Amino acid sequence: MSNTNNATTSNNKVFKTVIFRGGGYSPKPLAWVGLSVFISLILMLEVLTRAGIITSLTMPIPSDVFWTLIELWQSGLLFKHLAPSLSRLVVGSFIGCSFGICVGIIIGLFSLARAGLVPLVAAIFPIPKIALLPLFVIWFGIDETSKYALIALGTFTPTVVATYGAVDNVDRTLIRMGQSYSLSWMSIVRKIVLPGAMPGVLSGLRISLAIAIILLVAAEMLGAEYGIGAYILQAGSLYDLERLFAGVAILSVLGVLVSAMIGLLEKILLKWRV
Amino acid sequence: MDLKLDNVSHSYGDLEVLQNVSLDIPEGKIVCIVGPSGCGKSTLLRMIGGLEQPQKGKILQVGDVPKGCLNALTYVFQDFALLPWRTVEGNIKLVLEDHRLTAGQVEEIISDVLSRTKLSDFRTALPKQLSGGMKQRVALARALAVNPAVMLMDEPLSALDSQTRELLMGDLVALWERAPFTSVYVTHNLNEAVRLGHSIVVLSRRPGRIREIVEIDIPLADRNSSSINLERKQSQLWQLMRDEAIAADQELLIV
Repeated sequence: MSNTNNATTSNNKVFKTVIFRGGGYSPKPLAWVGLSVFISLILMLEVLTRAGIITSLTMPIPSDVFWTLIELWQSGLLFKHLAPSLSRLVVGSFIGCSFGICVGIIIGLFSLARAGLVPLVAAIFPIPKIALLPLFVIWFGIDETSKYALIALGTFTPTVVATYGAVDNVDRTLIRMGQSYSLSWMSIVRKIVLPGAMPGVLSGLRISLAIAIILLVAAEMLGAEYGIGAYILQAGSLYDLERLFAGVAILSVLGVLVSAMIGLLEKILLKWRV
Repeated sequence: MDLKLDNVSHSYGDLEVLQNVSLDIPEGKIVCIVGPSGCGKSTLLRMIGGLEQPQKGKILQVGDVPKGCLNALTYVFQDFALLPWRTVEGNIKLVLEDHRLTAGQVEEIISDVLSRTKLSDFRTALPKQLSGGMKQRVALARALAVNPAVMLMDEPLSALDSQTRELLMGDLVALWERAPFTSVYVTHNLNEAVRLGHSIVVLSRRPGRIREIVEIDIPLADRNSSSINLERKQSQLWQLMRDEAIAADQELLIV
């Protein structure tokens, strides 16, 4: 027997505390860690750039980026850029996601649609939608419509895939239950299949909307006077790093906001989840 | 309304699961079906309720569906099959929504079945807040809400612990005493069978055939867990099933 600290002896018998070896593997919410990682990274950059260890050519000083953002806000340009971007994001992803959910449900419910559409979706999914932008400009014109179309197509395919997967995962015993009570087809779809698929659809939306933000910038880079993407492109071509990073920061905040919005939606719609 | 099974046979591919099962289910009686695992008793129950089609033979309803019955053949499932996103009340409403009932009628039915299953205080609870026994009570209330002609119960107490099972058996007996219902009750638990069954159908191992039908004529209310007569019936059933169960246990599964 090896000697351990927690071993005691009495009446010639060794008593040892059983070593705890459970625990772990269960993520707990730690609210402030995420924020402090952000802050310490930015602080580190601030120190390094100010000290000149990182040259201003490779990285702007974070506080300069911050002041650029403030200036952008005060001049009113922020909203001039943000408003069209947001409207493109909302309209495009709304069209893409709602069509995606509809098609996903149809694929989930009907074997014929599944056989016909799944290969088609698989064929469209990996196409880099940005590559199609020139084509979209020809089809839909240089104005907003081509941008809506690009974002819509980009969000459509991941939403379809997530939705039909979610429909497939709906508990079959619940559907059998519905049938055993002679519920109508409409009732089964509306009251059992749709709510049952909701968790999967929402986590699919998370991915779709992140893709929407990526495509938004791509679309605006090709032809837009105002918009976050246009702003970043201008800054990039002038090699104005402060403005470039200010634009990127706006996108990041947008991403965090979208994700938080879906989190809120999940909290409201999926209260019933265990 | 009675039910009549006429020479029902079924196989999945090459695997024969049921062979010439003929059975009468009389109105107002509980018929228990017991048998070793894999003998096709759940398949048989799904066929009786029209969730599966037998390859041979017929399942017949004898007589008219009683008046006021919204869903003649109603299941109670082993895993409760409650919608987790609906409250207790919502789960019961689900099966009433497709019928043309006024809000008053719906309300009347819901409060009636909730009080019969002692759930009145849990009306707005979500399934995740309820224990297993409570969930099965909700499923029972939902089944009662459509005023079924025959209740098809697929191991309704198998997912519960033995204490809860004892309590729910008592509830089922009380419900039957108050308003005798017709039921086909599938179980692998012989104790449940002798406590609840007016007649007990013993199936053989796969392919399931009827080996014997054991009648018990003690009134349900007089049966309790320590009755000698029931003990005797239960060991008689076990003698019938023992060898079949051993053989079934040693069979390789065909996947």
